[in-house]
Amino acid sequence: MKKMTKLGAGIGALALSFSVSLAQAAETIKVGVLHSLSGTMAISETTLKDTVLMLIEEQNKQGGLLGKKLEPVVVDPASNWPLFAEKARELLEKEKVDVVFGCWTSVSRKSVLPVFEELNGLLFYPVQYEGEESSKNVFYTGAAPNQQAIPAVDYLMNEVGVKRWVLAGTDYVYPRTTNKILEAYLKDKGVAASDIMINYTPFGHSDWQSIVSDVKKFGSAGKKTAVVSTINGDANVPFYKELGNQGISAEDIPVVAFSVGEEELSGLDTGPLVGHLAAWNYFMSVDAEINEQFIEAWKSFIKDEDRVTNDPMEAHYIGFNMWVDAVEKAGTTDTDAVAEAIIGVTVPNLSGGFATMMPNHHITKPVLIGEIQDDGQFETVWQTAGTVVGDAWSNFLPGSKDITADWMPPLSCGNYNVKTNKCSGQNY
Amino acid sequence: MSTHDVSPSLKTFSTPNIYLVFSLLLAFFSMAPVATAEESPLLVPTLEKLKKANFNTRKQIVGELEALPDARVTLILENMLEGRLYYERKGTDFVSLDKVDGVYVAVSLLSDQVSEDVKKRAYKKISVNNALRRTLRESLASLQLRSPDLDTRLAAARDLLKSKDKDNIALIDKALASELDSSAQNLLSVAKAMLLARHGSEQERLEAISRLEGELYPEVRSLLSGFLIVDGDGTPIESSAPVRQAAEQALASIEDLITLNKGLENIYFGISLGAVLLLAAVGLAITFGVMGVINMAHGEMIMLGAYTTFVIQQLMPNHIDYSLFVAIPAAFLVAAVVGMLIERGVIRFLYGRPLETLLATFGISLILQQAVRTIFSPLNQSVSTPSWMSGSLEINGALSLTYNRLYIIIFSILVLFALAVLLKKTFFGLQMRAVTQNRRMASSMGIRTGWLDALTFGLGSGIAGIAGVALSQLTNVGPNLGQAYIIDSFMVVVFGGVGNLLGTFVGAMSLGIANKFLEPFAGAVLAKILVLIFIILYIQKYPRGMFALKGRAAEE
Repeated sequence: MKKMTKLGAGIGALALSFSVSLAQAAETIKVGVLHSLSGTMAISETTLKDTVLMLIEEQNKQGGLLGKKLEPVVVDPASNWPLFAEKARELLEKEKVDVVFGCWTSVSRKSVLPVFEELNGLLFYPVQYEGEESSKNVFYTGAAPNQQAIPAVDYLMNEVGVKRWVLAGTDYVYPRTTNKILEAYLKDKGVAASDIMINYTPFGHSDWQSIVSDVKKFGSAGKKTAVVSTINGDANVPFYKELGNQGISAEDIPVVAFSVGEEELSGLDTGPLVGHLAAWNYFMSVDAEINEQFIEAWKSFIKDEDRVTNDPMEAHYIGFNMWVDAVEKAGTTDTDAVAEAIIGVTVPNLSGGFATMMPNHHITKPVLIGEIQDDGQFETVWQTAGTVVGDAWSNFLPGSKDITADWMPPLSCGNYNVKTNKCSGQNY
Repeated sequence: MSTHDVSPSLKTFSTPNIYLVFSLLLAFFSMAPVATAEESPLLVPTLEKLKKANFNTRKQIVGELEALPDARVTLILENMLEGRLYYERKGTDFVSLDKVDGVYVAVSLLSDQVSEDVKKRAYKKISVNNALRRTLRESLASLQLRSPDLDTRLAAARDLLKSKDKDNIALIDKALASELDSSAQNLLSVAKAMLLARHGSEQERLEAISRLEGELYPEVRSLLSGFLIVDGDGTPIESSAPVRQAAEQALASIEDLITLNKGLENIYFGISLGAVLLLAAVGLAITFGVMGVINMAHGEMIMLGAYTTFVIQQLMPNHIDYSLFVAIPAAFLVAAVVGMLIERGVIRFLYGRPLETLLATFGISLILQQAVRTIFSPLNQSVSTPSWMSGSLEINGALSLTYNRLYIIIFSILVLFALAVLLKKTFFGLQMRAVTQNRRMASSMGIRTGWLDALTFGLGSGIAGIAGVALSQLTNVGPNLGQAYIIDSFMVVVFGGVGNLLGTFVGAMSLGIANKFLEPFAGAVLAKILVLIFIILYIQKYPRGMFALKGRAAEE
């Protein structure tokens, strides 16, 4: 009996959701938002959810897309990696969304990837990541290592004259892979192994005394030293505080961080951080007309004059506009048609230039190096002459040197070995 | 926008700005007598050049500015270093622009005019980068060597250790001739020796290097090891063999001292980590240790304390230096009240059912986290560090004790001591011990055990709140603050021995020091794992921890 009711309820729910989605499909295009609204990652991801909602609202004001209104479907995967996969399935199977904007951590992306490939959905991923991946169903609008880490190291090496390197990171996949690439790159440039110090700390590490003291010692060997930090957002604050307290200023040993943006800085006392560096593809302080408009729109949408904008928000802005253009070009929201149409689509970025979707599902980006200022903003001190094409498979890792990704026919492959001319199908 | 001359303007200022303007005025009055005495016609044209220059040209211009016989230069360079030097987009003035209470205030650096409530867009910033900041600091150091204030002179002499500029030798000589303070003299002579070791004749260099023997400043080490660097094919970059030999010798003597200091520093790091663990755990030593409640919401009490600190600082933004003294009792009260509510509302129904208590308190911890997220936003909040807690106490060049940790060590011991007195010497403590030892007997003696439970739980929670005040100075104040410390707290209490304050103290300190001595060899991740493994093995052998209760108290 119990079983029967359950079954009945299940069929009922299925029928209901089916009829609802049928009814709505006629009038709206559904946009899934897969960002954590609770748990540890809520600090970063809530903002991105709001960004997508703002972009949808603005698109609807302009008359929607293909004559239909866009309808956001927001789910909360609660910073729980397996739940990301479940919620992705819910979005694609039950809600039948046409596109999903979401994920922050690499592990959450890896968790939803099989779902998107199996159900043939579209995911726009807006955060800088470690590369070594190119899926048919995912578009990477954040930076690959060659669009963030490598230019930052180049800047320190050529402009600041750094000869000794500390690679400090949190102990998980993004820092480990990035540091592996950086280590190979530095050795390639003739840096001796004794001039590289690698250090990993657990998530949320707050006791930096010994490590900072080690860095201080490492830095007093007669060569200009810098720290390349892939330390995860939160743990940076006590790290910088300890640096300041032990009397290490950015002039002595600059720290260049890849995970510290305006949003993270807004939660802390920036006094001891002034002069430390960050490498991104966008800063809120960028002097461009389009950027000012975006900031104004964001502040009025979120109804808070003090809110800041940051790099992953720009990535969503670019990704969303690319998707809109591709849907208009294809005349449908069908996954395969959009995925084909989006390659080559060019939209303005927020720093006054343009971003193009490349065949490897990564985009072109300028690289900016900024120094942290007293007011929590970045002052751009250096930037690449033009834009840099995102490289899915790093040229500095032995395993991926010969691999390339190209989703255009005839190749249509995310992991193509140019030496053996084989497509391995192992896209992530 | 209103522009006034300095003196008549005072009355017209709105109240919140008076404080700022007053301090600005003070700065100017101290400058004023000289400003009329020394002015150079070249100042404005030199400043004009800054507007269009890139970072490298700006460096040269700073050198030109420094050489100008104009008393306004120091203040201009100071403002530039702080990133507050702006110029009028439509005009010729250079100002110091600062935001106070949401209003921008511009103070002209050429005349002394103060303009209040200006539009930020009317000014453009002269931006600085790290290289420029270093040049500025050096330029200022040479100007500040003449300062009447000893601390300013010491800081300036410390900055000069980074100098590579030969011209500074003469400057240091001049300063040395008039310097009376011995520590400043010592710093200056080290700075001079460092410059001579770079630029002097061979004889001077050798003498200078032997002068540097035993000096532990990182800059000295950096300089000496710089002499020993070899390039790609093994040829030393430093050509003089005697200099290399002398540098090697001096470096060897320094290395020995540094190893010793490193050991001392490690002990300090260990004690300070221990103090943090102690603070986090001592509240739990009461709720878990004495009452036997497995309180998974303990971390959230710490978080509440930290958020109380944040709120207090928001309420008194002009008195950050004293905010912690207000925050300590406030955090205690907030956490204690919430703790008592939890005890009366939930835990008292669950005594003797550890599994249910664990689940219920875990639920409470999630509720509190989400409540904080809703009220304060999921973002971390910025808690400022009072000026007396930043920086470090420099014992010698290689060993410095950071003030924030030093105060937290002292504070944690004070808290432990106060708690011990409360438990052992007061009537409340007596009642509390009576109830935990034999509830029914205590009840028969007329003690209201129910209320006492609530008070005891409130005490433990309140102390966790105090710990939150201290932790707000070390780590992020955000909804997840508590989770980071709950495991450590349980570890300390179980390891030290349940129900024993001395055990908590010894447990916290030994775990802290063990962790810090393992970290250099094993790395932070492995060190933590090794400590955990050790505790697991230790608990296998001594399930009651280091200081187990003996006798009748241990019966239950």
